[in-house]
Amino acid sequence: MTTQPADTAPDQVARLLALVPYLLARGEVRLDEAAAHFGTDAAQIERDLRLLFMTGLSPGLPGDLIEVDLDALEGDRMIRVDNADYLARPVRFSPAEATALVVALRTMADSAPEGAADIIERTLHKLEEAAGADGEDLLRLHVSPTPLEASAVVPVLESAIAHGHQVEITYHVPSRDQESRRTVDPRGLARVEDLLYLDAWCHTAQGDRAFRVDRILTARELGTEVADKGARPRDLTEGWFTDAETTTVTLRLAPPARWVIEYYQVTDQRPGPHGTVDVDLEVASEQWAQSLLFRLAPHATLLAPADYADTFTAVAREALNLYEGDGVDSTRTPHDPPHTTE
Amino acid sequence: MAQPRAERLMNLHILLLGAKRFISKDAIRDACYSEYPRGGAGDEAFERAFERDKDALRQIGAVIEVGSADAFFDDEIGYRIPTEQTSLPEIRFESDEAAVLGLAAQVWQHATLAKATGRALAKLKGQGVEIDPSRLEVVAPSISADEPAFEPLWDAVGKRRQVSFPYQRATETQPTTRRVQPWGLARSSGRWYVVGFDVDRGAERVFRLSRIVGPVRATGKSGAYDVPPGTDVRAVARRLSPTFPTVRAELGVRPGTGVALRRRAESVAPATDASGWDTVVVEGPVHELADEVLTYGADVVVQAPQALRDEVVSRLHSIVEGSS
Repeated sequence: MTTQPADTAPDQVARLLALVPYLLARGEVRLDEAAAHFGTDAAQIERDLRLLFMTGLSPGLPGDLIEVDLDALEGDRMIRVDNADYLARPVRFSPAEATALVVALRTMADSAPEGAADIIERTLHKLEEAAGADGEDLLRLHVSPTPLEASAVVPVLESAIAHGHQVEITYHVPSRDQESRRTVDPRGLARVEDLLYLDAWCHTAQGDRAFRVDRILTARELGTEVADKGARPRDLTEGWFTDAETTTVTLRLAPPARWVIEYYQVTDQRPGPHGTVDVDLEVASEQWAQSLLFRLAPHATLLAPADYADTFTAVAREALNLYEGDGVDSTRTPHDPPHTTE
Repeated sequence: MAQPRAERLMNLHILLLGAKRFISKDAIRDACYSEYPRGGAGDEAFERAFERDKDALRQIGAVIEVGSADAFFDDEIGYRIPTEQTSLPEIRFESDEAAVLGLAAQVWQHATLAKATGRALAKLKGQGVEIDPSRLEVVAPSISADEPAFEPLWDAVGKRRQVSFPYQRATETQPTTRRVQPWGLARSSGRWYVVGFDVDRGAERVFRLSRIVGPVRATGKSGAYDVPPGTDVRAVARRLSPTFPTVRAELGVRPGTGVALRRRAESVAPATDASGWDTVVVEGPVHELADEVLTYGADVVVQAPQALRDEVVSRLHSIVEGSS
């Protein structure tokens, strides 16, 4: 999702100031053991130690004699560091570090099941104490939890995942405004951004699917076992929607409809006449595009494709008829909308 | 040959760490900045490098004290890093707590915050804490911050520097430049907001990051202002966000459609006659309800109130007329 920023000099210094206390506390550590502890590779630790070796000041000042045993490092891959006792403790959290960690934990606490929430609260309490009295040093950064409304189905899904059972779900597909009943082999739940997803093999669709949990209307754990019990959840954080077939839709947006650019993945935008913007959107269903156009009316015009425009106007006429013809009059018989295709 | 900056930063940290007296800028220059020649351009380059380095050490977590380096003349400024204040207090974690910390590392999708979390965790690992997230079966949430404005604003909040940026309000065609002293950032309903003092308007304001349409420039010094004590950015964001009165609307909805409306409805009454329209009652601001009703095309019709009917009808008219 985001690219790793380049390793800067302050990054390296920050790493060293955390590494040295660990090494001093142990006296002697295997290079690969230290790398595993810090979740990095041996090469990086070695590079950092070489910097430490170069570090030193003129005699008489503190720190003139940090000793890194490079022979041991190159020979038995052992790390020995001496005479750096003044670096025996890690540097305290900077406000940015403390804030990032604390906000991450608070967000976890908001969505965690009860047992885990207790552990998270305990952890937070210890950190906040270390970060400074009543979080004084924290930067003002707040993430409000978006309530996950589908809490009723989550325990059912969790239980089915734990037991390796199939689940029958009714799923609401908003782009078609339809409910569908499916049997799925659940693999796991994943939280991406503000939404919880169920990753599963769908027997109805005969394929891997990610279901938004807030759109699962009902869930029932079945007695039947899933086909592949050892299946691990997929990494759902990127690229699931790429396999759907899409159509390029071009819209002309007046200023009140500009929010579309922030909300949806716009593939291209060009200035249009009179302060408008022309944007290209990839859409997976015509009905979704129609819904968007209705929502934006009258501040958006459909420029392409042309056949979408015809359907759109036809539906608008029909809707208007509900009010201006005989309207909601009870003698009118309901009928299917003219666009039941996806 | 000039020494690499990382080496110089280490040396500066070690020199100042635990110093009993303030070390004068001159002594610091001799010890760590010998590559900068004395006088003119060299002095200036040294000052810049020294400022940048102090800033970098502070970002890492060091507390740099400034004081007088001379017992008799207080114009001789010196620096030191007090050991006790700069060191991480010893924290002990149970193994389940350490597992929680490991999961926390996965929460931030934004590179800078992910890095800040990683640094904090590295410090705990430096204390010997064994972090292993695989011991806990919990779904870690993920928070992203894809808006380009996030990074410079986050930086400015930390340094308390004033910023300026072009801001596009939804209802205006041209962006305007805003000058703001940012107090903090808040994320709500998937969007980031910055709260702060708008210098030109002389009042607190909230801005949505996705509407910042150009570069955010930090101007002036660090620590240029104080955030009013007790400021709760979330509360300010909520207070300043526009709210609209809500109405109760009675809608006719065709059976089998309008699932989202039905789910949040106050009541749903199935059709009682041949008309075939279910009656669904929902609450919301008129313009939002109109947006939502229109989304369903000819499957939803407004029965009441009149204001909502009028809004929907007028927008449907504009579609039909616009196409002919």
